[in-house]
Amino acid sequence: MTTTTVIGADGLGKRYGRRQALADCTLDIPAGRVVGLVGPNGAGKSTLLQLASGLLSPTSGTIEVLGASPASTPAQMAKVGFVAQDTPTYAGLSIREHLHLGARLNPTWDAEFAARRIRQLDLDPGQRAGRLSGGQRAQLALTLAIAKRPELLLLDEPVASLDPLARREFMQVLMEFAAEQGASVVLSSHLVADLERVCDYLIVLARSRVRLVGDVDELLASHHRLTGAYREPATLPAGQEVIHSSHTERQSSLIVRSTAPIDNPSWTTQRLDLEDLVLAYMSNSATIGSIPVPEAQR
Amino acid sequence: MIWLTWRQFRIQAWTALATLTALAVALVITGPEVTRLYHSSGFAGCRTDCAALSSGFLNQVINGTTGPLYWLGIAVMFVTPALIGVFWGAPLVARELEAGTHRLVWSQSVPRSRWLVAKLLGGSLVSMATVGLFSLAVTWWADPIDSAYLNRMFPEIFAARGIVPIGYAAFAFVVGVTVGMVLRRTVPAMAVTLVVVAAVQLVMPFLVRGQLIQPVEVTAPFQTTAVKSLHIKDGGGITVTGRVSQPGAWVVSNRTVTPSGVTFTGPVDAEACGRTSFSQPKCMAWLDTLNLRQEASYQPANRFWALQWYEATVLLTLALALAGFSFWWIRRRLT
Repeated sequence: MTTTTVIGADGLGKRYGRRQALADCTLDIPAGRVVGLVGPNGAGKSTLLQLASGLLSPTSGTIEVLGASPASTPAQMAKVGFVAQDTPTYAGLSIREHLHLGARLNPTWDAEFAARRIRQLDLDPGQRAGRLSGGQRAQLALTLAIAKRPELLLLDEPVASLDPLARREFMQVLMEFAAEQGASVVLSSHLVADLERVCDYLIVLARSRVRLVGDVDELLASHHRLTGAYREPATLPAGQEVIHSSHTERQSSLIVRSTAPIDNPSWTTQRLDLEDLVLAYMSNSATIGSIPVPEAQR
Repeated sequence: MIWLTWRQFRIQAWTALATLTALAVALVITGPEVTRLYHSSGFAGCRTDCAALSSGFLNQVINGTTGPLYWLGIAVMFVTPALIGVFWGAPLVARELEAGTHRLVWSQSVPRSRWLVAKLLGGSLVSMATVGLFSLAVTWWADPIDSAYLNRMFPEIFAARGIVPIGYAAFAFVVGVTVGMVLRRTVPAMAVTLVVVAAVQLVMPFLVRGQLIQPVEVTAPFQTTAVKSLHIKDGGGITVTGRVSQPGAWVVSNRTVTPSGVTFTGPVDAEACGRTSFSQPKCMAWLDTLNLRQEASYQPANRFWALQWYEATVLLTLALALAGFSFWWIRRRLT
């Protein structure tokens, strides 16, 4: 594994007419990671992934993928695999024809892998993609993307339409690929639970902006939930940043970012799980904007 | 890319081949009958009395079993380009954008501009070949009839013969692809394509074709012995046109003007040419006193192939320009 950057974005933005889908996105994602891209629907996850795959061009800022502009050359395209949202396939083409398509359109195609995957999935190669179930179609799309042998695999909500069993199988294949090839993977979801077990790097997007980026373990180690008697957040020492706070008359509950351990006996300190962390940043972003997020969403 | 283009286009190509074969079989079976009548009527190689012989031949050919095929041939040549635009061109990219499969195919290692090259080239070549073969068969089959009618230059026949249909096919296909790419919806794209192709099929003969080569202008004294049409209106208005005696020529404009150069519209001499008291000799005699002139312009019959090449070139140029636009669009706007 190297420590080079797979996705480097600087002030990246994408605007559709008057709607800003992604704004001021600055990222430096190291190679060899499995990156979870989390955010509510409409946060800009698809936009970011499509910018990285070269399907979209930025309206502001720059993005580099594996050191070059996305989809700038066929060689660059060969290095990046992309499974779009809803895993599109050609309804009229059979599985065999999809594999043939992959072989024809990719210089680095691994035909043996593709054929083996289809066998393992127990799919009939003569079956038309239009007659596959959602899970089977997702597996076919994943097979196409992996058989390309990309250095970076981007997946846009790959498991959204899959049942729990199909989800598990899908993730398993994905993890095997990442481990065997040492490739980088970015996958998006609006559910943290989908990503929790597989990701070691996290990007939280909300309201078209990046809210949080970092290594999952580091993020978890540096965030704490503090509960105690009611008090103003301003009384916290320097170096502790309040991400989210909720108060009742008697009690305060804070989510605090601090690299140093919290050393204050008047607080009860708890570790956060990934979901709490993501939700804290997502609801924090909502309070910045004008539309309050209903408490139920937490 | 060629494989994928072929795989996605093969149903259309087979449809074209099947239709083409059916039409070719019908034409090949009936072609000898047309030739037989051409010779047996005495029109072929006639020296004298050709007008009578030609109408005899036409009567036999048009009222016989070959008549419907003659009209069908013309209809097919006009309708096919529109069908190609609507059913081959419009869905080509629009269906991919609708189904989201463009994200699959543009994520392989082939740039989308090369994908579009293959699609546009493959589709337009099949379209042009299909219509070209249609036209070859129909033009060959109808040649004796056209030589009797002397109407190849007329708008209703011109675009159904020779190489112009190939131009329409290429143009219609590219219009369909481009409109589909811009609208991103198959059904609206099909409707818009139909309207655009039909509009161009109308605009071409009425506004463009006559001017592709400077028409021959004639100015001559108005001959009351060669009146083509005469309309007397209520309130004393009259329009009259003279015949242009150029066999097989397409008359682009034809008007009758007064000595001062304005189009003659009356007022009519009620005694000679009145609606109720019309008498042919008196009316003609009165018209003779007016010193009218005929100002006409026409495209002579021998310009048929020159005009065919010009119009085909215009259409292919339009198709190329649209193709260029679609490349710009797929790279700059579909992002």
